[in-house]
Amino acid sequence: MFDIGRWQEIFQSIGKNKLRTFLGAFTVALGIFIFTVLFGMGNGLKNTFKSFFIDDATNTIFIRPGFTTKAYKGFKEGRKIQFKNDDIELLKKEFGNKLEYVSARIYKGVQAINKKESGSYTIRAVHPEHQFLENTIITQGKFIDKNDIKNKTRVVVIGRLVEQDLFKTENALGKFLELNEITYRVVGIFEDAGGDNEERLIYAPVTTIQLIHKNTDEIDQINLSYNRSIGISGARKLAGDISKVLKEKHYVARDDRSGIFVRSVFENFEQNMQFANVLQLIVLWIGIGTLFAGAIAIGNIMVFVVKERTKELGIRKALGATPSSIIGLILQESVFITAIAGYIGLLIAVFTLSRMGNSLEDYFITNPQVNTGTIIWATIILIFVGALAGYIPARRAARIKPVVALSDD
Amino acid sequence: MIEIKKLHKSYPMGKDSLHVLKGLDLHIKEGEFVSIMGSSGSGKSTLLNIVGLLDTHDEGEYYLNGQLIEKLNEKKAAVLRNKFLGFVFQSFNLISYKTALENVALPLYYKGVARKERQEIAMEYLDKVELKDWANHLPSELSGGQKQRVAIARALVAQPKVVLADEPTGALDSTTSSSVMELLKEINREGMTVFVITHEEEIAAETDRIVRLKDGIIISDEKVKKNVKV
Repeated sequence: MFDIGRWQEIFQSIGKNKLRTFLGAFTVALGIFIFTVLFGMGNGLKNTFKSFFIDDATNTIFIRPGFTTKAYKGFKEGRKIQFKNDDIELLKKEFGNKLEYVSARIYKGVQAINKKESGSYTIRAVHPEHQFLENTIITQGKFIDKNDIKNKTRVVVIGRLVEQDLFKTENALGKFLELNEITYRVVGIFEDAGGDNEERLIYAPVTTIQLIHKNTDEIDQINLSYNRSIGISGARKLAGDISKVLKEKHYVARDDRSGIFVRSVFENFEQNMQFANVLQLIVLWIGIGTLFAGAIAIGNIMVFVVKERTKELGIRKALGATPSSIIGLILQESVFITAIAGYIGLLIAVFTLSRMGNSLEDYFITNPQVNTGTIIWATIILIFVGALAGYIPARRAARIKPVVALSDD
Repeated sequence: MIEIKKLHKSYPMGKDSLHVLKGLDLHIKEGEFVSIMGSSGSGKSTLLNIVGLLDTHDEGEYYLNGQLIEKLNEKKAAVLRNKFLGFVFQSFNLISYKTALENVALPLYYKGVARKERQEIAMEYLDKVELKDWANHLPSELSGGQKQRVAIARALVAQPKVVLADEPTGALDSTTSSSVMELLKEINREGMTVFVITHEEEIAAETDRIVRLKDGIIISDEKVKKNVKV
């Protein structure tokens, strides 16, 4: 490795065989270039997926009842689970310090009429905290408040598009709106970043809707957010505990997956990141494939080189070259060419990625990059590939019998 | 210097094997100038390869410089070749991308001599074969006779005990041939053991002792009478 004489031999061999060296080097540089660029693009893809979720509140948990699929404690399977007000009380009691906001949700389809205008809408009956869970933006008036819940007032907060549909150019605030033949007063108008569907909703106090519907205490869904201080692992545990407590209360078997659904946004996020990771894995395999194709090409060239140099190596042996010095010569040349060429490929790739920047954002690739760790790994792989590509031909070269090598004139 | 006893060598040829050397006995003393004569297929090249440690023998004994050669691994053979033997080939076998000087210096590289010293010694030997002015030329820029003289300088540079020449004049015209033979004679006069293989009577006649080989057996071994020289 540190034998100056051998380096002189290698440089001479490279210098006198420029085309062959260039071809080998080019293949490796190309392989590394493609590998690095693909890997960087994979990272860009992941960056995009991350940015999709960065705006949303990621600490929300949705709890929804379903139908049991297992018989449990004397109850038959296929039983419908119904949440009630006391489920919220239970959750607050059990997990109070870990929760940020909690709200019920009841869905009711209604026919809304304002004078001559009418349409079908969905009422979401909720608690005041719901505003923060959904990031509802009040543009006029107010959201449902504590007094509305307490007094079961007949008020609604309507979406921007509901106002547009039913009140046209009029201002809806303070006006009355007839929903399924019951009159409510509009106390607020909201916008939502969630889009058109969200802005065609009507919010009402959960207690009011329960009163109107035979004074029931049933609710359809519970939304809550947890304190961020408990962290991702704390949140995962919380989701599990909530599921456990509610399943116990409603006589649902613990391993029944569809009796009660507890979904959290961060799980969606992780699922999508997993998708991005799989994509990157595929990209990575393509890259590795390319790299190995490059290694095989180098190996091929080295085999050819050894064949071409058979006579020279035979002469060297006749003059006193030992097999290990022949292996060293071929191997060192191969590793040297691979390392230099690969490094050039790597530099060009890093440069390309940085030039690319965010120009591919339309294709879901944001800020494609490779980190230092990847670069170090790529370098190690390179040297390994060079050694692998050189070793087999080198061993073959060392086995050349001088007699055979010198006899083919 | 070289002592061979009951040497046998066969090459496998499919199912059969070709018996090339059939029990040779040969003793070459230090300072001798010997030629091995024989037509092609007589086994003379095989003998040279075995003597040159480029190939191994099957049976019999071979002593080089008093050392019994047996079960040599490649590394040992390489070291012995470098230390005791100098080769001159019919087709010169110079490395095409190295200059005359670099070619001559190569055995010294494998001997472990420092670069600067290598260059100096190589230049000295190039001077000896009167090619000092051609030191920085590539083999392709040299004539056949010059190439062979570079090869001879290379064979001598590591100061071996024996110079083995395989048809050294086979690729040369008669004038050049005789100058190459003169060079070999001169080397021999300086005390070097020279071992030449040839199928040409005139070349063999230049040496001091002719060993004739036919079908793997030595048929004659006699001193040359110097007065019959033409």
